[in-house]
Amino acid sequence: MTARVGVVTFPGSLDDGDAARAVRIAGAEPVRLWHGDPALHGVDAVVLPGGFSYGDYLRCGAIARFAPVMETIVDAARGGLPVLGICNGFQILCEAHLLPGALTRNQHLHFRNRDQFLRIESAGTAWTNAFQPGQEVLIPVKNGEGCYVADPATLDQLEGEGRVVARYIGGNPNGSQRDIAAITNSAGNVVGIMPHPEHAVEELTGPSLDGLGFFTSVLKHLVGAPA
Amino acid sequence: MTTHPDPVRETPEVAPAQPRAAADVPPAAPATGPAPAGWAEDVDTVPRAGGTPGELQPYAELGLRDDEYDRIRHILGRRPTQAELAMYSIMWSEHCSYKSSKVHLRQFGEKAPPSDRLLAGIGENAGVVRVSDELAVTFKVESHNHPSFVEPYQGAATGVGGIVRDILAMGARPVAVMDPLRFGAADHPDTARVLPGVVAGVGGYGNCLGLPNIGGEVVFDPCYQGNPLVNALCLGVLPVNRLQNKAAAGPGNVVVLMGAKTGRDGIGGVSVLASATFDEGSEERRPSVQVGDPFMEKLLIEACLELYDAELVVGIQDLGGAGLTCALTETAAAAGTGMRVWLERVPLREPSMEPHEILASESQERMLLVVEPEKLDAVLKTAEKWGVWATAIGEVTPPAPDGQPGRLVITWRDHLVVDVPPGSLVDDGPVYARPMREPADLILLQADRAETLPRPAAPEALRETVLRMIASPNLADKTWVTEQYDRYVLGNTVLAQPEDSGVIRIDERTGLGVALSVDGNGRYARLDPYHGTKLALAEAYRNVVVTGAKPIAVTNCLNFGSPEDPGVMWQFAEAVRGLADGCAELGIPVTGGNVSFYNQTGAAAIHPTPVVGVLGVLDDVANRVPMGFVPRPNGDHDQLFLLGETHVELSGSEWAWVTHEHLGGVPPQVDLAHERALGELLAEAARVGHLSSAHDLSDGGLAQSLVESCLRRGVGARIAVPERFAGGSMPFVYLFSESAGRVLVSVPRGHEKAFTALCAERGVPFELIGVTDPTGGALEVHGQFRIGLDELRAAHTATLPRLFSGAEVAEVPAPATGVAGAVEAVPLPVSEPAAEVAPVDPASVESEPIASAGPIPRAGAAEPVAPGADTAADAPGAPEATAGPVEAADEPAEPAAEATRSDSGADEQPAEPDQR
Repeated sequence: MTARVGVVTFPGSLDDGDAARAVRIAGAEPVRLWHGDPALHGVDAVVLPGGFSYGDYLRCGAIARFAPVMETIVDAARGGLPVLGICNGFQILCEAHLLPGALTRNQHLHFRNRDQFLRIESAGTAWTNAFQPGQEVLIPVKNGEGCYVADPATLDQLEGEGRVVARYIGGNPNGSQRDIAAITNSAGNVVGIMPHPEHAVEELTGPSLDGLGFFTSVLKHLVGAPA
Repeated sequence: MTTHPDPVRETPEVAPAQPRAAADVPPAAPATGPAPAGWAEDVDTVPRAGGTPGELQPYAELGLRDDEYDRIRHILGRRPTQAELAMYSIMWSEHCSYKSSKVHLRQFGEKAPPSDRLLAGIGENAGVVRVSDELAVTFKVESHNHPSFVEPYQGAATGVGGIVRDILAMGARPVAVMDPLRFGAADHPDTARVLPGVVAGVGGYGNCLGLPNIGGEVVFDPCYQGNPLVNALCLGVLPVNRLQNKAAAGPGNVVVLMGAKTGRDGIGGVSVLASATFDEGSEERRPSVQVGDPFMEKLLIEACLELYDAELVVGIQDLGGAGLTCALTETAAAAGTGMRVWLERVPLREPSMEPHEILASESQERMLLVVEPEKLDAVLKTAEKWGVWATAIGEVTPPAPDGQPGRLVITWRDHLVVDVPPGSLVDDGPVYARPMREPADLILLQADRAETLPRPAAPEALRETVLRMIASPNLADKTWVTEQYDRYVLGNTVLAQPEDSGVIRIDERTGLGVALSVDGNGRYARLDPYHGTKLALAEAYRNVVVTGAKPIAVTNCLNFGSPEDPGVMWQFAEAVRGLADGCAELGIPVTGGNVSFYNQTGAAAIHPTPVVGVLGVLDDVANRVPMGFVPRPNGDHDQLFLLGETHVELSGSEWAWVTHEHLGGVPPQVDLAHERALGELLAEAARVGHLSSAHDLSDGGLAQSLVESCLRRGVGARIAVPERFAGGSMPFVYLFSESAGRVLVSVPRGHEKAFTALCAERGVPFELIGVTDPTGGALEVHGQFRIGLDELRAAHTATLPRLFSGAEVAEVPAPATGVAGAVEAVPLPVSEPAAEVAPVDPASVESEPIASAGPIPRAGAAEPVAPGADTAADAPGAPEATAGPVEAADEPAEPAAEATRSDSGADEQPAEPDQR
């Protein structure tokens, strides 16, 4: 049976089509979810894609977090549903308090799009089990507000519990504290990542195929491999 | 029927006989509220105008001439109302009417080669060309120059927004943008104000819309100091059967305004309107640059596409320059119908807006739809789904019984404020054949040739020249700019800056794609507008063919000074003639474009700057050829060929400007038959896999192309200057001449014979000039110099960060890792600021002027360098300078000397609407 992975479209979502394509290339069936519809339509996992939901007015992710579909997703995530938030999706997960900390304006104050090397710090999550710990991957980063911040205690806790999922290497593109590019919740089913794995799934259009691992990971996870 | 979740107010009034659905439409402005004293009652109505023929009107202040005003009175049989006067003044402006350019632009149609691909051409919102049985693409470039100078961020942002709506109005999904940008001197303090704002505006709007930015230009020249050029191009894709048109057909159909509310922003671009109409200059009436809301535009795009797919609209038009006035009159005129509009139904941001303001407002993110009454509910529902306003504001009325076109009748709170024949605003505007005269200084300018300037001859001087040139602002790496744009979104970007063309896949099943490039060279056009424009066309064409694509269509943005200056008008006429002739020679039509006049500060006009966009088709984007040399394992390498001929052509060159601040002489020769042969050769070579890389030669000549191709993926090269360029300053000429029609290609082992045979067959001159050197880590010109890639990269990448964000230079750079197909985007450590590249002391440079700089006699059209050269270059003893593995050492930092972007929009100055 093919896994069904939901991709949410908020008003202002931009990378929803790309996330759905990545899900398909990974071998799963993408299911488009609408922000105004609380039903999850039986999906096995959910991707919150990149973009500027609700224009990112007020604060990135701050409005999306109140969308009807998010109420269902927050509950399901607490129950173990794998959820990947990419870029704006990461911001929404923080606003929804599924993940700690916040994403603020890049330190240099510019939007920045570049091909970025990351080190996978934790291969124990639902979305990274296809990688080796310490593996270096190349994934595009593109954001204006991707600077991850949290209080020192939270950062220490994340580090201590192995919940820093990926770190920027070879240069920090946005000033994130401790070079954090991705984190997970304590159960390992919810992951927020600032770079865009869905843009590294095809030779023709991406800098590498490294992004595919995030999507194949969740399939592996769903068929029973340890998360 | 306003669907936006805002509170809707009931209104008793509303209009007579109109479709049921529309009859419920509550006006956004409460008609029942107490009218502010003094203005509601004073509105200038048609009956009032009829009764007060002698009332003085501020037509001159609105930019209308006496005879134009008389003509309006003649058309109407009375004086125009205030609202009508505003409408005529806008629609008959240079910006909307093309009154100065029309007589010239006709050539694009008259000289156009026949094309069976053209589904919509000049005069539409954008040209549409068929690229397969099912798919068509549409593209167009426009200017937004003046707003971007006044308010860089919003000016540039709304420039992007405007061109995107043009593309959307054709039934297409916008899929990519590009921005040709021109600024004043790179080190001028005001450039530090304008450039970062423009770049942030282009990025802020385009990124938020979810459109990849795939190319463009960033050019610096003092002539743009007081008048930067911000042009924007958008590409869209549509199924051929989804093509939309703007005709308001079908009497009884409902006219719907969808998108943002209407405010006082950008009123007519005619600041004179307010000041002439009202005595006291109240702040809130002061027109301003439009303010963009990309989120609203994103919603508008999705809503429109849903409407198209459900076949819910009869006609559609975007609201851009001239706002509602333009949309209402153009849609009605296109169908020959009339229109009845209740202006108070237009949702307003500011309830106190008066009729002429509502009609002239250039508020962004709005579209005008023509909808059958029975489909109105479905349209409003779709708008509601996407959270955009949609309001029925009127209906289409039939033509007169005698067959005459209908009239546009507009009321405002039961006052009849407009009653005009729509065609009189759209088609019957004035047309001028303005006086033209070749600028008096041109002969002297052309006589002052750069070929006589002192040139470097010694190897050390040549080395320094290379480093200085690649660090000069126009040739330097533009990553600082392009990193602020999203090039990945939508997942179909196959090539993007700094590549010669942007390449977008438009069909995932078949791999069908298009390549796009925009180019211009104001210096060449200043020296010779006719040939300078052909050169811009040739460069854009060449940038498309190097990817392996087949060019099929042309768009253009013609940026010039004042048409009232006979010298400027002559430049304009020459440029148009050059472009029309060039397109005829290349066999591809102009499908649309834009004219921007009045780009000048005081009496000083900018260089005439025609910017030309060429679009090509790739049957399978997997065959696209990139610009960078390819890493090879085990000491393998590719052979480098230079296609085309190099002449002593330095006038107008980047070298003459950077080194001597010289502009004079005549630009390089252009041979479009050769360009065409070159294109056919490259398409064939790409298809059969003869090419590892291909890179156009243009500004900065061969040296620039070599450096860019090396840095793209961190692969060095060794080349030898051909025998006939040996001695004196001839190696310099070979490296820096800007002769047109040349391409640098790398050919993998085993393909040389077949490739050179193909060149010979097509009659394209070729010459083996060297090899790639994947392990050498340097660019070496035999007997002249060797420069490590690290040193090249440091020089090439430091300039823009140094100029526009000092802090970033210090940023930690990422190491380069060779990843196949990777688009390098991480700047390397910039340990040595480019500034350290010592300028060459002219005194120390051997100067060797060549009196007669005629073309170098071609040495047996296709005469490859003797194979020995290759072997010699292979001789050991080269590598040493660069330590460390090549792969790790040089990951290019997204170089791209000339590919950068910008955006555009509507000039607030006159001139800018569609060429028709």
